[in-house]
Order: sequence, then C-alpha cells, then structure tokens
Amino acid sequence: MCLAIPGKLIKIFENTGLKMGEVDYDGTVSQVCLEYVPEIVLGQYTIVHAGFALSILDEEEARKTLDLWQELLSKADLLHEKEGRG
Amino acid sequence: MSKYLTEFRESGIARLILDEIRRLVTRPWVIMEVCGGQTHAIVRSGIDQLLPPEVRLVHGPGCPVCVTPLEIIDQAIAIAMWPEVIFCSFGDMLRVPGSQQDLLSARASGADVRIVYSPLEALQAARENPAREVVFLAIGFETTAPGNAMAVMQAAKEGLANFSILTSHVLVPPAMKALLASPDNQVQGYLAAGHVCTVMGLAEYETICAEYQVPIVVTGLESNDILEGLVMILSQLEAGRHEVENQYGRSVRREGNPLARGMVDRVFTIKDQKWRGIGLLPQSGLMVRDEFAAFDASKKFAVSGIATRESAECISGVILQGLQRPDQCPAFATTCRPEHPLGATMVSSEGACAAYYHYKKL
Repeated sequence: MCLAIPGKLIKIFENTGLKMGEVDYDGTVSQVCLEYVPEIVLGQYTIVHAGFALSILDEEEARKTLDLWQELLSKADLLHEKEGRG
Repeated sequence: MSKYLTEFRESGIARLILDEIRRLVTRPWVIMEVCGGQTHAIVRSGIDQLLPPEVRLVHGPGCPVCVTPLEIIDQAIAIAMWPEVIFCSFGDMLRVPGSQQDLLSARASGADVRIVYSPLEALQAARENPAREVVFLAIGFETTAPGNAMAVMQAAKEGLANFSILTSHVLVPPAMKALLASPDNQVQGYLAAGHVCTVMGLAEYETICAEYQVPIVVTGLESNDILEGLVMILSQLEAGRHEVENQYGRSVRREGNPLARGMVDRVFTIKDQKWRGIGLLPQSGLMVRDEFAAFDASKKFAVSGIATRESAECISGVILQGLQRPDQCPAFATTCRPEHPLGATMVSSEGACAAYYHYKKL
C-alpha cells in the first residue's frame, strides 16, 4: 500500500465526474484518480497510493538530490586520481 | 528500471554515502525507520549489514496490514460470509490470520471476496451490482485515507446506498509519540515515512520533535534516500541538534497535499484506535463521520462483540514496537512462514517478518 513508486502520466480523462489518468510504470499502465493533483500535466511523474495520485514529483528537487550525489562521486574520483589509483 | 528509481538505488553512490556515515559516527545511536516500505528497502539492499556497528536501525510500526486489529479481520470475514455481500479488499489483507480463519479461506468456503487496487473499483462493483451490498475494507495510514474518503464522498454524491466501508485507519504521529513516551523506549531519532508526509506535511512532526527533543528526518523509500536520511539524522544526533528535516523534497511539501487532507477531514473524524500487537493509542485512528454513517459498514452490519483469539506464539507486538527483531522469534521461519503466517507481520509486503524471511539468508 505504501510501496508506491513514481510513474509517468500518459493520459488524462474523466470518469463518473472524477479526473482520472493513466500512469505508466515502465510498460505497466494503471488507471489512477487525479482529483488530488488537478494541476498535473502529461509527462509529469506522480506518486500513487491505492489508485490515487498524491503528489507530482518535483523534478527540480529530484535533480538537486542527484546533483549532490554526483558531486560526491566526482570528488571521490578526483581523490582516487590524486592517490594514483584512478 | 524506470526513471527516478535507478538513480536513487545506484550502488556507487550508496558506498560513498556509507563512507560519510562511517566518518560521522562517534558513538552508538538507535534510529527507527517508521515505514514498512523503508524496512523492506533496508533489508533488501542490506543497508543494516553495511552500517557501522554503532548505528542500530529498529523497524517501526509502519505496516498498515500488520497493525489492523484482529477484530476488524474477524468482522470483515463475518460480513464477507453474508450471501448478498461482495467484499472488496486490497490483496495484502486476504492472508492475514483472523481468530479462526482468513479472508482467503472465507472465499474458499463460498464468500464473494474480491481483490481491488483502488476503492474506486469497489465503488464500480456497487454500481454494477445494485441488488448486492458492496463492502470495502478501508485500512491503512494517511496514504490510503484520501482515496477511501473520496470513495465515500462519491458514493454519497451518486446515492449508492449499497456501498459501505469497514474502516480501520491509523495515524502515524500518535504512534511515534507513544513509542517515545514508553519507558522501554530506545529510539533516539526517526526516519519519518515519506509518503505519509506527502499527504500530511511536516507540522505534526515539528510538535513531536519539540516535545520529545528527537531529530526527525522525513525520508524517501529508495535505498539511497534512506542512506542520505541517515547522514542527516546522524549529523543532528552527533551535534546534539533536534530538528525536522526533509530529505524527500521531490515528493514532500511543507503543507503536504491540502486537497487530500481536506477530503480526509470532511469524511473522517479522529478517534482512539486499537493497533494490533500494540494496543489502544489515543487519537490515533479515523472513523467515518456520522454524516456519512449510511456508508459505514460497522453500522450497517451487526458485527460487534465477536470474540477474538490471537496466536500465543506470535511476538509481532514487540516487533512492531522495535523491541525485538523478527529472527529473535522462536516461531520465525519454523511454525510461522509466509504460506502459514501466525501474525500479520509475516504476511504483508511491508511487514518486518516478511522482509527478513524473503531477503535475509539466515
């Protein structure tokens, strides 16, 4: 139930008065309710729990985390080179 | 593997973050990861084996299936056995042992029990079967409450009188408080559940942090998220700080998701709630408001007063409180296995016992 992984929104439609969508998890597509993320647009990634999209993944925040880690990685590589093990 | 997964599980990065943890730590610390999804990521990736010996991770109560009280399972089975009932549930719940049997065996003896992935599928079953009663087993934490609330609201709007939910909703912050207030408490810091905070935001955690003076880092569910969360919390502990920090900024905003929170407030109200294995925790659960009583299965079906019986061997209570590890239970992997579980912690994909069983080579 809480093991939600990010999926990409590939379709938006309406059903029984609710804003719905299709989310693609690397080829597996499931229907989700978008009522709690009405501002979402196609191509954005979302976290879904029990059929309801609960957040739109903030790409900038994700990038910040990954950049920080990348920086760690390049520092480590540099260290290796200096020590002649690179 | 999909975008936003591989990059957050990359092992080269993991090694570097682990190095940073080793540099940081000067003395022993006990940290609880609250969410069962985090427990699984930790055990699956072996993080618990790779940490320096000073850092002890204890697994929290954040498994919704595991803490659903026995009487709810028994009530679910009793309702499912009514011939006019279509009983809908998340798949995880079907093997959870009740006092006598589980929902799967109820199905084998003729009950119409159906697995759904969303409460909206149960709602659809109610539309398609107007002559039958459709009951949805609405369990979970703050992550499933918005969906269940929406299903009730939608049923009310459409006048679907044959739809109701059997509710067992638990709230994470009261359990975190109860653990800290316990005389047996060993926990010095929390990795808080990223997806619960995605809905609820950070405010409740700031209160806990101030009251109990423990650092809380809201953390994502991938292995490198957890390692980074550990760096953040260990930095606080080593420096004697206690603050709420957010490692999972890509999903968690300060205010959470106000639309989802609003719908939960509209349909549910807070009540004292029993947690399986832990007991009654004040103000730690949700119940359907009187206004929506027509959609409350506990009021529609006379199911109170069923006598319950727990397995005498199962120690899931102390495991859920982080006081013992699954492999310290004498029944673990002997009389208790995923195909014959004694307790819910061995059933659920978020249960600590199931994580140990599947990923640890014992």
